[in-house]
Amino acid sequence: MAEFLMPRLGADMTAGKVVKWLKQPGDRIRRGEVIAIVETDKANVDVESFIAGVLEKILVEPGDERLPVGTPLALIRAEGAAEPAALAAAAAVVAAVPVPPAAVAPTAVPGTSEAAELAPAAATGERARVSPAARKRALELRLDPTKLTGTGPEGRVTLADVERAVQAAPAVRAEPSPADAAAARQLRMREAIATSMARSKREIPHYYLACTIDMGRALAWLAERNAGRAVTERLLYAVLLIKATALALREVPELNGFWIDNRAQRSEAIHAGIAISLRGGGLVAPALHNADRQSLDDLMRGFQDLVKRARAWSLRSSEIVDPTVTITSLGERGVESVFGIITPPQLALVGFGTPLERPWVIDGQVVPRPLLTATLSGDHRATDGHRGALFLAALDRLLQQPEAL
Amino acid sequence: MTEDEIRVRVIKTLSGIVPELDPGALRHGMSLRDQLDIDSMDFLNFLIALHQEFGVDVPEADAGKLATIDACVGYLAQALRTRTQV
Repeated sequence: MAEFLMPRLGADMTAGKVVKWLKQPGDRIRRGEVIAIVETDKANVDVESFIAGVLEKILVEPGDERLPVGTPLALIRAEGAAEPAALAAAAAVVAAVPVPPAAVAPTAVPGTSEAAELAPAAATGERARVSPAARKRALELRLDPTKLTGTGPEGRVTLADVERAVQAAPAVRAEPSPADAAAARQLRMREAIATSMARSKREIPHYYLACTIDMGRALAWLAERNAGRAVTERLLYAVLLIKATALALREVPELNGFWIDNRAQRSEAIHAGIAISLRGGGLVAPALHNADRQSLDDLMRGFQDLVKRARAWSLRSSEIVDPTVTITSLGERGVESVFGIITPPQLALVGFGTPLERPWVIDGQVVPRPLLTATLSGDHRATDGHRGALFLAALDRLLQQPEAL
Repeated sequence: MTEDEIRVRVIKTLSGIVPELDPGALRHGMSLRDQLDIDSMDFLNFLIALHQEFGVDVPEADAGKLATIDACVGYLAQALRTRTQV
């Protein structure tokens, strides 16, 4: 029997909530199949199973409780001999990361203030004045039982009082309002970003490189390609940047992977983490898997889908955990260059500004060309500036042959 | 379809892309990009949604002509008239 644990979905995650189970006890599970939705600080994540088997038992019902990474959530009866080892390995990865006890948020009782307004009467707030059954039911309903009027012995709040309070006041919300929930989520996202970025700046000795790339050929090729196409078939120029970055990383693989256990661990696969800004603030950088091996059309579809789901707070666990590099583009508002902070434990971040029409010298002639500043933030523990320079040179060369991307 | 009907449907379509849109605060002559936090992906999705709503496929070369609500309404009205005549 294998335990399905609260996964660590990103280096900055310490706890999560089970929002929903998509499988029930007795259901068969394929490897990679989504079995639960977990809310992290950054998204509602579709969590995939690491193994094939049968869901034996659900240990944690969906609810508001934030559970530390590594908490057993369900039991899975694995199929085949090799599979349990795979899960054990996956579980070990999760278990190996220490979870600070402080990461468990104290259980809050949202809705308390409304309850207080609705029933400001007699109660004093002493624990003894609420019956255990009433307390339990009140917490389920997110009411503060000490604020209710008690009709039991010595003004004790009984279960009946709680039920009455709810019926008398149908306006009592069982859920925090969408605005409150969004604000709370914003706050947690900021905390997650703060943790991750502070760790990066504390631990990773960054070096930064920039180069200017003439995007004339690439943009002309793209305009021609898009000209005859229906609106659903068009490419955004960001897709060219993603593909070129992925191909350049093939040539300089030292920049693709993770810094774990005091050494660089390269990744064969190139999973591009695309920085996506969210409405109302915050960002996530989920993976476009195997970006070097996808056609531009496939990448565009994947990119569109990823942005849509990221902004709806709905990502898959593999998309959150897998990125081997991060790509950020801040060109939308005319930013010329971005020197990004590496997402731990990745080894590099590639940044793009906006292509600006500028004078450029070609064959001794000054000509107007759309010039793009591409930057690389590298982890100096893993690579040196020379490697980084080779990467940017490869990126430039690849973008001069857009038809080959 | 009258221009008023087109306008209502354009704004409805836009609110599908920008969920927090307040139609009352929208300035119809001002650039959408300048008053709403939309990027090129949002704008492409807006064009796709307009295509679904009106059946008008805006060519890439014309995308710049839909920068404001007024411009969208004018462009779509013209496109729908042309289509009806054909």
